[in-house]
Amino acid sequence: MRLTSIPGVALAGAFLVCLIAVLTFTRPPVTVIATGDAGTGMQLLYNPAKISATIAANQAPPMLPPIDAGPAASTVYKNVQVLKGVSTGAFTRLMVSMTAWVAPQQGCNYCHVAGNFASDAKYTKVIARRMLQMTIAVNTSYKDHVGAVGVTCYTCHRGQPMPSQVWFTGVTPGSGAGLAESQMGKNLPTLTGGSLPSDPFTPFLLNNDNIRVSGSTALPSGNRQSIKQTDWTYALMIHYSSALGVNCEFCHNSRAFNDWTQSTPQRVTAYYAEGMLRDLNRNYMVPLTGTFPAAQLGPSGDVAKINCATCHQGAYKPLFGAAMAAQFPPLEGVGAAAP
Amino acid sequence: MPEYQNIFTRVQVRGPLHAGVPVAKGPWMREGTPFFSHFMGQIGNAQIGPLYLGTLGVASLVCGFIAIEIIGLNMWASVDWSPILFVRDLPWLALEPPSPAYGLHIPPLNQGGWWLMAGFFLTSAMVLWFFRVYRRARQLGLGTHTAWAWAAAIWLYFVLGFLRPLLMGSWGEAPPFGIFPHLDWTVAFSLRYGNLYYDPFHMLSIVFLYGSVLLFAMHAGTIMAVSRFGGDKEVEQSVDRGTASERAALFWRWTMGFNATMESIHRWAWWFAVLTPLTGGIGILLTGTVTDDWFLWAVKHGVAPHYMPIANVVDPASVGGKP
Repeated sequence: MRLTSIPGVALAGAFLVCLIAVLTFTRPPVTVIATGDAGTGMQLLYNPAKISATIAANQAPPMLPPIDAGPAASTVYKNVQVLKGVSTGAFTRLMVSMTAWVAPQQGCNYCHVAGNFASDAKYTKVIARRMLQMTIAVNTSYKDHVGAVGVTCYTCHRGQPMPSQVWFTGVTPGSGAGLAESQMGKNLPTLTGGSLPSDPFTPFLLNNDNIRVSGSTALPSGNRQSIKQTDWTYALMIHYSSALGVNCEFCHNSRAFNDWTQSTPQRVTAYYAEGMLRDLNRNYMVPLTGTFPAAQLGPSGDVAKINCATCHQGAYKPLFGAAMAAQFPPLEGVGAAAP
Repeated sequence: MPEYQNIFTRVQVRGPLHAGVPVAKGPWMREGTPFFSHFMGQIGNAQIGPLYLGTLGVASLVCGFIAIEIIGLNMWASVDWSPILFVRDLPWLALEPPSPAYGLHIPPLNQGGWWLMAGFFLTSAMVLWFFRVYRRARQLGLGTHTAWAWAAAIWLYFVLGFLRPLLMGSWGEAPPFGIFPHLDWTVAFSLRYGNLYYDPFHMLSIVFLYGSVLLFAMHAGTIMAVSRFGGDKEVEQSVDRGTASERAALFWRWTMGFNATMESIHRWAWWFAVLTPLTGGIGILLTGTVTDDWFLWAVKHGVAPHYMPIANVVDPASVGGKP
């Protein structure tokens, strides 16, 4: 068959299909790692080009050599409220590190008043103190989620005063008084591609709405969770997946998402994150709403809040499991007052 | 000799423009003067028209137009009437059914009332179209196979948007109108009710869908392959086979030992196509009403095995893990 015998419209159509495929599909190859028995579909899928970019973007920064010398910080410095029992050597090392992690351009004066480091006049210092308490709380009370990796300021901040991966509350579904269909909190393009709810965080990671929607018995037995509710759980799970850079099978067997016996230990780790994030958002972030300047608040005047991406940033373990917190004993509660 | 041996239609047969066979007078006669289109002739008949609208056709189009207007204007309103955003985000936009809190009550317009209204008009448009197709077939003295095939499609739509929500006691169970949103809905449906792939009627629907595709390719391929022997006159060959039909039949007997006939292949295709939405609709209707989790149902009835646990994971909530 001669090429010229193909109608132009068919050639144009074929070109369009190729163009869409090239522009929207992930380029092969895909690395497949089997994590279960053959035939069970338990496979982790990674794109080598994407994973090497994620690895490059998630490297731990150089750290100062450990120091633990000198008297307790509270006996030397004024207005030390959290790191009271930390030696001055470790205290100074942590302060210098915090500057590098959070405000490398701005320096000490981003939080401290020049000449009077004890002063709480700058709002950033008040927030930094609370965030220090939060970091210690995560490393001491949420071992079931953070394990030996732990968190430091750098886990979220990555050299920026404001972490790049934060969330604000979106529109309330069903709000809007006009004649046209009210706001649904969904059905608009989202970062993850679908038209799922754009803010699944407010119901689940701030409020304690029910994440578990699927049936638990073969026949109906009173589960009245709706398909609409499932949309929100689905959106939350897609966030987990994209925040960690993993597919569903990292935690679930996708043939029966709700079945724990077919799930991986990672699902248990993720489960403990849900309670942790609610605690952090409710007890650490929300009370700071008035402390932040209005310009840093969200569209409805709410404070920036935390989800999986805040720490994970595309890696299954933040910074691919670099145990930074262990290098800073005060962040694991050594010498620090209970938060 | 016209060239039939091509995957595209290469032959445009043009006689004088004609209005078609004479029929008994109806309330409306056919509309418009027929004309030829070379472009349409590449994919079908080059003669366009005459068109028969009639009462049912007009009523169906009006209902369809109202439904599309309700859906489209609500979508447009959801992007603050921005024409650019409307075009750019159209695949994501939707008109949602009411929240489950409304049950089967009629909600305010902006809380799902529009969805109910759009569903009513769209259903009316499709049912009117069924009667139109039925009447047009009867007027030409044809069988009504096409109308019943269309009815099978209406059945699936009707189950999804009306019957199942009715049985579940909530309009909120129905899918939204929207391109990606209704796809997200199908995923959420499967997530909520434990994996639709274990629904035996969904399995049947897939069998008939894939079967339809296979039959379509087998039949169309066979007819095009024997068209050089006049095999495109397949209807006459149902009773007067000729060499094309004999060769096509022998080809399939050589290949798989059995062949459909020029008549029966069309029954195969019609039933496979019609059974796709019929069985699919049954599968949807049973979901949530009769079963709550298809995976557990499949395990219970020996359809699916439970795999060996990967790591003896237990639900942390069941052992007192704090949420």
